[in-house]
Amino acid sequence: MKYPWKNLLPRYFILIVFMLVVLVPIWGMFTSAFKTSTEVMEGPFSLPSNWSLDNFEQAWRVGRFNIFFKNSVIVATAVVISSVFLSTLSGYAFGALPLPGKSWLYPLILIGYMVPFEAVIIPLYNLMDTFGITDTLWALILPQVGLSVSFGTMWMSSFFENTPGELTDAATIDGCSRWQTLWYILWPIAKPAVTTLVVLIFMWTWNEFLLALVLVQNEALRTLPVGLAFFQGKYTANIPLMAAGAIIVALPTILIYVLFQRFFIRGMLGGAVKG
Amino acid sequence: MANVTKKYPGESRWKGWWYLLPALLVYLLFTFLPILETIRSSFYQWDGFSQNKVWIGLGNYVELFSDPKFHNALRNNLIFVIFYSIIPILIGLFLASMLSRRPIPGFAFFRTALFLPQVISMVVVGVIWRWMFNPTFGPINSLLRQIGLDVFAISWLGDFTWALPAVGSIGTWVQYGFCMVLFLAGMQHIQDEYYEAASLDGANTFKQFIHITVPGLRSEIAVALVTTIIAALRVFDLVYTTTKGGPGETTMVTGFLIYRAAFTNNRIGYAAAIATVLTLIILVISLFIRRYQQQGSEESA
Repeated sequence: MKYPWKNLLPRYFILIVFMLVVLVPIWGMFTSAFKTSTEVMEGPFSLPSNWSLDNFEQAWRVGRFNIFFKNSVIVATAVVISSVFLSTLSGYAFGALPLPGKSWLYPLILIGYMVPFEAVIIPLYNLMDTFGITDTLWALILPQVGLSVSFGTMWMSSFFENTPGELTDAATIDGCSRWQTLWYILWPIAKPAVTTLVVLIFMWTWNEFLLALVLVQNEALRTLPVGLAFFQGKYTANIPLMAAGAIIVALPTILIYVLFQRFFIRGMLGGAVKG
Repeated sequence: MANVTKKYPGESRWKGWWYLLPALLVYLLFTFLPILETIRSSFYQWDGFSQNKVWIGLGNYVELFSDPKFHNALRNNLIFVIFYSIIPILIGLFLASMLSRRPIPGFAFFRTALFLPQVISMVVVGVIWRWMFNPTFGPINSLLRQIGLDVFAISWLGDFTWALPAVGSIGTWVQYGFCMVLFLAGMQHIQDEYYEAASLDGANTFKQFIHITVPGLRSEIAVALVTTIIAALRVFDLVYTTTKGGPGETTMVTGFLIYRAAFTNNRIGYAAAIATVLTLIILVISLFIRRYQQQGSEESA
């Protein structure tokens, strides 16, 4: 059943209005990044006379976004790889292996997914201090792996629970160990679930603010969101420069979102069910 | 599930523990023990660096519950629930019911755009909206001046009355697309027969919405409530980048109060007590809504 045109038009109208409310502020910020300071005063939605990349260059070098970008890439990559690997193993344990104590282990791990970061930030700060790693990116990587495996374990275990038992039984009869069954039989069919987990953990880590603000004090170790927040404090009135910085922070997650949209939306709708 | 987790002949029944252990250790060290440590700290008075850590029992909690700053922050969090949760869910339901069950050509494009604020860093969202609300050259005030409403062209984020709803409405902007996509996905599972039967009985569109769509979306509404209410209660990034709790304490929220108590005022025990209360509130709300959702699915099954 399809809508006739005259019923479609009002629906498009409503969709367009609500879409514009989302897009107009983002678009305004985007164009501001190419303007000069005087052009910004001329009107929020006038187009820049010259699409110059000067603001990006200034944010990148003077604002040290090159360093923040590098830090963000290191932290996000390390957190994603370790959390996904650990969560695959623990999810496999929950979903497909004999696991005495499962009934109390599951809620134990679920708690980690529900608590706000505010609940762990103070002890984490002291712990990193005790380890003497507050001057390294480890202070951002280790805690975020710990916080991510909680969701990751639940996400992967629900995938392994839903794989047909016959498949693993057959593999075992053919002489596969549990380890081989995991990597040769199950891992290839787990790709959609793993991709979703990768994009979600990447997005959460890339955008994480509170931990990155508190756990490292050295300016050279800031990630992009923290760098942008301090940048904003310094250049409050310089809208074009701040817009350029904001785009550098937002572009990677937007690109990954557009490329992996199906996985993103499935994860956020399905992942949300978990919490 | 039970038949999948059976152990094979000759296999140790502890097999799963070897696979669980690495993740569990990292989780215990960096998440679970810190939670316990926060609860423990909440019974002490401590500045965070001296050796002098004094057990004061429930002292921090007694102070907390009579602290007008905490009451104010909690009240602001509840107002954020209206902006982060109630309004986006209503908008989402409205949009979903307007679009409803038949495919609309090009919908994927709209969905991509509507979901966009969900993937952008909240610091970036804060930067965007500080510009939107900028009193002299921000788009909102420019528009107001152009249509002759100069009196309303105020300093939104610096105004004692308007800063809170202004920051709150940013939350609405972030959340409504998410709610809408969630509800539209859920509506695909409501069978057409219900609507057909209702039309035959003479139920109008509004009645169909109340009696078929809303109950049919029970589980999606529960998900939207949990996600958005938690977002409203733990809000920190957005307040940090837009107002830092000001002007005065008008946009102060619990998350920022914890940050300030711990890292500006060096009152670790007191900050831990606020964090413990906030965590408890969040856990109780999530469990309550989950139970409601499960009851719903049992009744309809």
